[in-house]
Amino acid sequence: MADHRLRAYGALLGAQARSQAAYRASFAVDLVGNVGATVFDVVTVLVIFGVTRELGGFTLRETLVMVGLSACAFATADLLVGNVERLPAYVRTGLFDAVLLRPLGALPQLLLMDLPLRKASRAVFGLAVLLVALARAGIEWTPGRVALAVAAPLAGVVFFGSVFVATATVSFYWTESGELANSVTYGGRDFTSYPVTIFDGWFRAAFAYGMGFAFVSYQPALALLGRADPLGLPAWMGWASPTVALVAAALAATAWRVGVRHYRSTGS
Amino acid sequence: MGSVTATVAPPTESNVILWFRTFGAIVRSGFRRYATYRQAALAGAVTNIVFGFLRCYILFGAAGAAGTAAGYDRAQFATFVWAGQGMLAVILLWGRPELAERIRTGDVASDLLRPVHPVTSYLATDLGRAGWACVSRLLPPVLVGPLFFDVYLPARWSTVPLFVVSATVAVVLCFGCRFLVNATAYWLQDVRGPQILWTLGSGVLAGLYFPLPFLPDALFLALQLATPFPSLLQTPLDVLVERDPTGVQAGLVGLQVGWAVAILALCRLVQRRAERRLVVQGG
Repeated sequence: MADHRLRAYGALLGAQARSQAAYRASFAVDLVGNVGATVFDVVTVLVIFGVTRELGGFTLRETLVMVGLSACAFATADLLVGNVERLPAYVRTGLFDAVLLRPLGALPQLLLMDLPLRKASRAVFGLAVLLVALARAGIEWTPGRVALAVAAPLAGVVFFGSVFVATATVSFYWTESGELANSVTYGGRDFTSYPVTIFDGWFRAAFAYGMGFAFVSYQPALALLGRADPLGLPAWMGWASPTVALVAAALAATAWRVGVRHYRSTGS
Repeated sequence: MGSVTATVAPPTESNVILWFRTFGAIVRSGFRRYATYRQAALAGAVTNIVFGFLRCYILFGAAGAAGTAAGYDRAQFATFVWAGQGMLAVILLWGRPELAERIRTGDVASDLLRPVHPVTSYLATDLGRAGWACVSRLLPPVLVGPLFFDVYLPARWSTVPLFVVSATVAVVLCFGCRFLVNATAYWLQDVRGPQILWTLGSGVLAGLYFPLPFLPDALFLALQLATPFPSLLQTPLDVLVERDPTGVQAGLVGLQVGWAVAILALCRLVQRRAERRLVVQGG
């Protein structure tokens, strides 16, 4: 049974890959265009460091570790599940009915129906930024830190993936929510590209700890760099990101199930 | 009787009053059309507000302990960010490629049959849309920002009318740029390439990602003179926060007007060339 399903998902993915690569010039333009978005995110950080020597008490090299973690995690999550952003359109047009009628999981279908392979370039660039940043940050490598350097980006992917899914479920209740989800997904990407120390007040509390974005890049970067948290959290918090990611994934899965149950077709 | 395309001069004498009345009617219908999407406007405004917080804190971080960077102080940064988040939707930097879609499907044929030049009628619709965006998208961040941050208010009376002119010209200019991107569909059918280049280029070069004076002076000046991008967002916002004396402000607005006229002229030229080669599918 499971074998049949895998084959069906494989067929969906294969069809997508073939159809997207069929128009080679368009696909090439898309690959280049998509990497551009992440390149400019990194360039923005570099430009800001052109007018200041440190940001929230962190140097360029230290900040770039956070940028790398954030870019790598966001771009990979966007490649794998970012497509769920289109859920509002599926709900509004009633196309989601067709998805539910098929004997496959609704979420995997939704992701595979238009897997944006063009975003692969972005994920590769994100990983490159992370590797360069880690190499140049002057980290004293220990086995624990090597493990964290591998685990933190993976946890970040799971975390951002959960955010994509959880925010998309809003459209089950509010069909016209439009770009509202962007404020948390893309907002989270921007938030995690900078040290948490530059933000302030309830805004910082909500994004960093309420929604957990501090555990994508800031806390792991502190642990990797061996710096004490200027905000006073204990050092082991840097190692908490996989746990936070799993909690986020569980919450997102619950939100998705509840959302699908709540779904009423636009036709009824 | 000659060609029936809209860009050919109509056979009757033109009537200026009638022209204005038609233009006004299309503007009003544009306003009404977009005013139906109230929930989407609310969702968009909330998103702008979240990004207002993010960008404001980031620029404050750049200003550091000294509190100034690249000629802006903290209050000027706050006004720059919050007004910028509102302006973003008014000029509609990133709209859907609606016209490109009409060209691809052939729906554009019905636009060409109307007795109004297509560029004029699209511009009128866009002005109506911008009017609605002023109410639904500009006001919320401009009202929310000052509740949480000390913002800079213009000190000179001349700044207010200059900003109004500058913002209006930015709307027209941004419309023209988007039209040109969409009009590549007459030749390419699929506008994803130009669309991506526009999305990337306009965001960075208009001053949305970071204020352009963060760049080296020569590069900023070159961008301002040689490209229309800074005139879309950076210039109106610089006028609003009074980064320059009145004379320079007026000069910047003049430069904007120059770009808007040039781009609109180019729009008409492109439309004319496009109509000569357009083959509507099935027609």
